[in-house]
This record gives sequence, C-alpha cells and structure tokens, in this order.
Amino acid sequence: MTNAPRPENTRRSAPSSGPLRTKPGAVLQHAKIPALIALTALAAVLPLALNPYWTAVFVSIGLGALLSLSLNVILGRAGIFNMGHAAFYAVGAYVTAILNTRYQIPVLWLLPVAGAASGLCALLAARPIIHLRGDYLLIVTVGIVEIVRIALVNDVGGLTGGANGIFGIARPEIFGIRIRRDIQFYYLVWGAVGLTVALFSRLDRSRVGRALSCIKEDDTAAEGCGIDVARYKLLAFGLGAFWAGMAGALFAAKMTIISPGSFTFWDSVLLFAAVTLGGGSQAGAVLGAFLVFGLPEIFRDFASARMLVFGLALMAMMVVRPQGLLPPAPRRYDTRFRARGGRAAGDGA
Amino acid sequence: MDQLFQQLVNGLAVGGIYALVALGYTMVYGVLKLINFAHGDLFTIGAYLGLTLFVAMGSAGTLPGFAAVLPVAVMVMGLTALLGGVLERVAYRPLRKAGRLSAVVSALGASIFFQNAVMLVWGANYEVYPEVMRPSAVIFLFDTGVPLIRLLIIGVSLLLMLTLYGFIHHTRTGTAVRAAAIDQGAAALMGINVNRIITLVFLIGAGLGGAAGIMVGMSYGQIDFSMGFSYGLKAFTAAVLGGIGNIPGAMLGGMLLGLIETLGSAYLTIAWKDAISFLVLILILIIRPTGILGERTAEKL
Repeated sequence: MTNAPRPENTRRSAPSSGPLRTKPGAVLQHAKIPALIALTALAAVLPLALNPYWTAVFVSIGLGALLSLSLNVILGRAGIFNMGHAAFYAVGAYVTAILNTRYQIPVLWLLPVAGAASGLCALLAARPIIHLRGDYLLIVTVGIVEIVRIALVNDVGGLTGGANGIFGIARPEIFGIRIRRDIQFYYLVWGAVGLTVALFSRLDRSRVGRALSCIKEDDTAAEGCGIDVARYKLLAFGLGAFWAGMAGALFAAKMTIISPGSFTFWDSVLLFAAVTLGGGSQAGAVLGAFLVFGLPEIFRDFASARMLVFGLALMAMMVVRPQGLLPPAPRRYDTRFRARGGRAAGDGA
Repeated sequence: MDQLFQQLVNGLAVGGIYALVALGYTMVYGVLKLINFAHGDLFTIGAYLGLTLFVAMGSAGTLPGFAAVLPVAVMVMGLTALLGGVLERVAYRPLRKAGRLSAVVSALGASIFFQNAVMLVWGANYEVYPEVMRPSAVIFLFDTGVPLIRLLIIGVSLLLMLTLYGFIHHTRTGTAVRAAAIDQGAAALMGINVNRIITLVFLIGAGLGGAAGIMVGMSYGQIDFSMGFSYGLKAFTAAVLGGIGNIPGAMLGGMLLGLIETLGSAYLTIAWKDAISFLVLILILIIRPTGILGERTAEKL
C-alpha cells in the first residue's frame, strides 16, 4: 500500500478498481503458497547436503536473517534510519549471558526476558529522539551503538566482563534435547526465522502495519490521517529491538562466548545494508541477510580480495536495483469482499 | 594551567583534522542530502599517498627534506580530489534519482571497497611516517612547550577552512554551490550546471580529506588502513554537531569535538573518551535538533 488510506467512499467510486484488479492479486496469493512450501522443504533437507563448514555458515546467516527481519520492522517498514541495531542485539545477548551464567536460568526461558530488556532499552533511548529527522536520527543511533559498546568494554557494574566478554553460556535445551551441534542450531535458528516471517507478515497486514507503511511514505500525510506518528514509530522501534534482543539470546547460546567485538557499529552497518538490499519485504530481509552474510563466504575464493569484491557488489546491486531486490508488493484488495459491503482495510489505522 | 594550555592545543589540532574531514561530509550533504560514507576512506588514502609520494620524492634511498611536504600535500589533495570525483560519477550519480537509502548502501559499498583496496595495496600492517616529516621542535608559548607540528596543523587547517569559506561566500562559483544546496531545480533554472557543482563539491571535499590524512600521519606518525572508519565517524559527528550542510558549522563542530574529546580524556576518563563525544552529540540534538549552527529548515509540519 503506497498511498495514505482513503475514505471508503472515494475508494468505492474509484474507477480503476474493477474485478480486473482482483485477479493478479489472487494469482499471486495462490502462487505464493506452493513456493513457500517448496522453500520450507528445501530449508528442511538442506543440511543433509551441507558439509559442517557450510552448516555453520548457514546458522550464522540464519541469525543474521533474524536480525535483519527485526531491523526490517524499523527501517524497512517504518522507514526509521536506525544504524545502531547491534546495540539492541547486544543488550539481549548480554542479559541472556549474565542471567544464565550467574543464575543458571535456561537460555530459552530467557528469550522473552532478553527481548523485553532490549525493547525497553530501545524505548527509553528512542523516546527523546524519535522526532529527529532521518539523518540526525541515524547519527544518534550510531552514537548509541558506540556508547553501548564502550560501556560493555568498560565492564559496567562489573557485569559484562570487559573486553573479554562473558563465557560459559549454557546450550539451549528443547524437550530434553540439548542443542549442541551446528545442525541442531540450524533447525532452531531457521525455525525461528520461519516463525518470524509468519508473524511479521501478519503484522504487515494489520492496522499497525498499515500505519507504519503510511509513515514511511509520508509522515506528514500520515499525521494528517490521524496516525499518531511518534507513537507508531516508537512501537516499531520497540518491537524491532525486542526481536533483536531475542536473536541476541540465541546468538549467545550458539556462541557460548560473547564479547563487545560482536556488537560494533560495523555489524549495524551490515544489517542496515541487508535490509536496504532486501527492499523492505520479509523475503527481502532474508535475502539481504544471505547476500550480506553469505556473499563474503562465497567470495572466499578471492582470498584477501573478497571484501573488495563484496564492496563492489554492494555498489553494483544498488546501482542496478535502487529500490532493493524484493520490495514489498503493493497490497491488493479483494473487490468482491468490498462489494458485499465489508470494511476493507484502510480505515485510517 | 600548563597542562590545560597544552590540552587545548592538542584539542584544537585534532579538531582541525576533524573539521577538515567534516567539511567533506557537510558539503556533500548540503548539496545531495547524502552521507558519503566513503569519505573517511578517501582520507585514509590521502594519508597513504602522502607517505608514498614523500618517500618517492627522495633520490636513491634518501628522504627529501621537510620542505617536500608541501608539494606532496598538493599532489595528494589533487589525487584524492580526483578519486572523489570518480566516486561520485560511479557510485552516486546513477542513484541521484533513487531513494536516499540506496545511495547510503552504495556509499557503504564504496567505503568497504576503498578500505580493502588500501589494505591490498599497502598491506594490513600500520605504516609509520618518517621522522623528517614530523619535526619535533617545541615552541614556547606563555611559558609552555607546545609541539610545533600541532601549531602547524592548527594553522594549516584554519587556512584551508578560511580559503574554502571565502570561496563559497565570495565567488560566483561559490554562490552557485550555495544555490545548488538550497534548491537544485531552481539553481538549474538559473543556468547553473548542477552536475558540475556536485562534481566540484566532491573534488573539494575529497581534497580537504586527503590533506587531513597527511596531517594525521604527521601528527601521530602512524597510519593504518582502517583508520578512515573511526575518523570518518568522528568527523561526521562533528558535522552533525555543528549543523550538517552548514560549512562554518562543520568547522565549529570539528574544533568543538576535538576539544571535548581531548579535555574529556585528560580530565574525566580516557576509557570513555569516545562515549563522551557521542553523549554530547545526543544531548545537543535533543536540545537543538538542527545542530549548533544549523538553519531552521522549514519542516513540513
């Protein structure tokens, strides 16, 4: 949906929307389901074909995908320039690590705790700055991620272990199975990715999702339509950070060692690139994670020149496809539903 | 008191370097509304080129005298300026009409490219500027010893900044740059070749960045391929601090950031040095969202 929601009556009388517009949408819907099933099946059997090295690579791509999905809510959906996402990821990972190593709380129980902690931090940090214009907000988020990293290095409150970080984080356990090997993590992480895609796709179709895409297109118009822009931006920020915190918890469990080096400005930059390359859709965010975290692995043949090639590839991809690889398809409305007098989406969120 | 004076000089020297790099960010931002992330890496390239050219100017294994720094600096500024122009043509011009996000990512790609190119050409280890380039003389001012090199850096950076200010505010071309920054469409209608102005802005910004690169080498002696990243981040912070898009703002922001950082690490805590500058930035943006000298742009609401 690219336009601000219009009142029902104008939409009903709009001549361009006839039965013709329903059809391509419907076809797309039907084509999507088999594609999704095929992708899921592929993801399920893929590890059988991978050697241990590539399984590990895929686990880190999966973690990257979770993070870029979470940033996608903030940057891709609401259009908030957040280049400090690693800060929220770090909060989740450190909360998990501290609570797990000190109080032996199982890692998976800590998922919501980590998410809540990082979401809360994000809300507190974003509250005074959410009204800033694009690039000012960007530099503030950069400042936040640097401050968090420095705080971690300086061992705040004696909790974070300084530059060495925290080690000895327990492995997660599901139904009595201890997740230890990469292949087990593969299923855990990619399962989480699937769940995230499903949930966030629902979010896109909700009142909140509509409000966010309005804000992204034009926040003045959105304000004019009665959308509380600051509130929805904060909501997106908090939700994205919540998800990043949970991804951080999984990361901590996978690595068993975390240190400030994993949560730098650079990591935020890569996530930013992943989301922008993707173009804003859920599939795009996952694809972006593949490109940003997977391409350097594929380019390993270039040895020391691989990041050089990666930089060139980033530039080339943006020049060729500035809107991103998979921008979200415009929403289509079922005209038959509307003809029956139902209230289609667009009620001003 | 002595110490304070020395710290002030140090702060102004660092600040001058930040300000020169910040000018490149702020000029490009002023005209294109683009954060040129590769700018910090042009600065690194300037530092390396300065070293290489200086060594090359000596004959048969001997280094030239300190006087050779001046022609080297001029050459480096020319070369980095050229590189800046090429960067604009290849990475940014095709994206001029596209959204701002894609230009940001293209800029990040360019930054990664440059950084790794420097690593491949000059190696991953740090390089050391020869002693000849770093006069160790100390000048006594108000009974306090101050390294000559610091004063030199402050002087040269001020000179460059004033020249730029004069150029932007008192020449026809400078007026065209300001016009293009305010409204590209209107500027084009007034007969200004906006494309040429944008190229010019990249040339000037990159040239100043290259000069700042040599200054870092001469001041600290050590350069490495990834230093553009942290200096670039600081300089961009300085540009926002002063009000991005605003040339005197970048100068003020750079100097201010240099002072805050130096005084903060001298009198408060060195471990939190970088955090202090970011904290100040956040506070200023909360109180004054357009930066210190930023004009009140007419917001849409």
